[in-house]
Amino acid sequence: MKTLEQIKDELKNYDGRPVKIMEVCGTHTGSIFKHGLRCLLSPKIQLISGPGCPVCVTNAAYIDKLVDYSLQEGHCVLTFGDMMKVKGSHMSLTEAKALGGKVDILYSPLSAVKLAMDNPGTQFIFAAVGFETTTPIYALIMDELIKNNIHNLRLLTSVKTIIPALEFICENEKEIDAFLCPGHVSVIIGSDAYDSLSKKYHKPCVIAGFEGEHILGAVYEIISQIKHQSFSVKNLYTSVVSGEGNIKAQELVNQYFEVVDDDWREIGVIPGSALRLKKDYEKYDAGSLLEAYVSVGPKCCRCSDVILGRIQPVECPLFSKVCSPLNAIGPCMVSVEGACGIWYKNRG
Amino acid sequence: MKINMSYGSGGVQTSNLIHDIFLKHFNNSILNRLEDSAVLNVSGKIAYTTDSFVVTPMFFKGGDIGKLAVCGTVNDLTMMGAIPKYLTCGFILEEGTEIETVERIAESMARAAKEAKVKIVAGDTKVIEGKGGVYINTSGIGEIAVNGVSVSACKEGDAILLSGNLGEHHAAIMSERMGIQNEISSDCAPLTGILNKFIKEGIKVHFMRDVTRGGLATILNEITDSSNCGVEIEETALPISNEIRGFCDILGLDPLYMANEGKMIAVVPGKQAEKALEAMRSSVYGKNAAIIGRITEGKSVTMKTTLQGTRRIDVLYGEGLPRIC
Repeated sequence: MKTLEQIKDELKNYDGRPVKIMEVCGTHTGSIFKHGLRCLLSPKIQLISGPGCPVCVTNAAYIDKLVDYSLQEGHCVLTFGDMMKVKGSHMSLTEAKALGGKVDILYSPLSAVKLAMDNPGTQFIFAAVGFETTTPIYALIMDELIKNNIHNLRLLTSVKTIIPALEFICENEKEIDAFLCPGHVSVIIGSDAYDSLSKKYHKPCVIAGFEGEHILGAVYEIISQIKHQSFSVKNLYTSVVSGEGNIKAQELVNQYFEVVDDDWREIGVIPGSALRLKKDYEKYDAGSLLEAYVSVGPKCCRCSDVILGRIQPVECPLFSKVCSPLNAIGPCMVSVEGACGIWYKNRG
Repeated sequence: MKINMSYGSGGVQTSNLIHDIFLKHFNNSILNRLEDSAVLNVSGKIAYTTDSFVVTPMFFKGGDIGKLAVCGTVNDLTMMGAIPKYLTCGFILEEGTEIETVERIAESMARAAKEAKVKIVAGDTKVIEGKGGVYINTSGIGEIAVNGVSVSACKEGDAILLSGNLGEHHAAIMSERMGIQNEISSDCAPLTGILNKFIKEGIKVHFMRDVTRGGLATILNEITDSSNCGVEIEETALPISNEIRGFCDILGLDPLYMANEGKMIAVVPGKQAEKALEAMRSSVYGKNAAIIGRITEGKSVTMKTTLQGTRRIDVLYGEGLPRIC
């Protein structure tokens, strides 16, 4: 087994063919900068951001609907903090709040249930956004709503699934050589979920945690696979990720949710890439099936090209000129897990 | 008993509140005169500052809004090389506040003032409509004991010291808000003891700043903005407890951007770094102090990571909010 120093040495001096590795998850992008990993790699190893930030891929129409709810008499939108600043077609939830909209930031999803029980006169709309990681919690909320006969809390869902998005990238973006697979999502879906993807498209899929050593280990594994032209799924996060994933969480999700097509912001509809409440639970759904997908983004903003790995954030014409964390034009600059915001804060 | 609008009327209930709570706990000969202004004895140059406190919840593990209101202003004076002497205190109470709550806060302020060796010499009380909130403004005067403490005094080669573990106040407040059970306590404390140790040991301190909102990262950027110097820190040297690391990992927060209320950085000449570290560590609130980096040439703040990579440290943009996943 190689030591960390040997791995660092080999990655710094790698001189094979140029390799583009997509870190699917925004938390990995943050960790790569946090640990200063880019300067430890050969210029021939390029790390690029992927579609794994929920705020960045949630379409504008969904945010518009949240804004509308917040401004409706007797309604209150419940959301995680990082959804507050991202704009819909017209405004963000922060701006809606300034106009008198009712929006509360949740620190714990299950506290939504208590809020609904304590305030029976208010109709709460829960902004259920995210990937497979957060969906089991939304299923738990459904359990609680049914068990306690609560009818003043409904979910507006925008829950994406990662494997169809990666397939979409494999089909459309030929330059991506490998995936650094998301640790949190993999806890739920398991490492086996990447098998067919890796086999069909001949790409290394390596699951890693978020420490610097984990990520360096994953990059090393990817480079080794590329050198030997043998592509497979490798799980380097075995302490929390199993082959089959969290079966109990999957069963809970399957009880309430079904697979549907969904629109990814500025990217378009990806077949089978989302989960929505089943028909049986329609009365708990605040209208997640949007009549018309609206994907009108700000002019010149290239967030979608960033999350598809086509360009690095600095290549967007707006980056750091008119678009910055204090004046964010696109979602990737707004979100704490957005590639543009992370690059901006670490520029220089 | 709850506060109602008549407690802010200036009549007998206002007088009762002042006598039964504030004079009882803040008791000193200057305040007890109840004149329109406090008449004070000070010598030489003074530092003078004010701050307002609106924290929710009002009571948290390791402190409360009252302790915070005293320590915050005491520390602002201390960071300018001043020994805090006198505070004033303005209360804005919302209708519905329990009088017992006001008394608990006043008791806590009196305890903190005693520890910091300051007198609360003047005050004001207003009552507004609301749901039982308490807001406090404190102003303070301190006598300058060390001249020339300023961010512009930082020089290449100076050492940067941090007096203890990062992120504790921020994490304690968030834990209370989120209902998370843990052992994390706010570090809220007066830091005048560290200044006294520096004076005693003859440390020529160039710059001091308490690590509050915006966290360590924001202060380090203020140094580069105002001093024409760069900053380099070492990740391995940063004192951060395992509890805070775990808390931050779960919520996607960074200890470098989290607020403390009882921690400071000091920039001292490189030659005096070890002596200053000993002085800090010999103080009650500096036991985990560390030399975390140095002032360099250039204009950026960088951190050498544990893996020997380089990370740029930028200022805080907006509010640090928990992420979705």
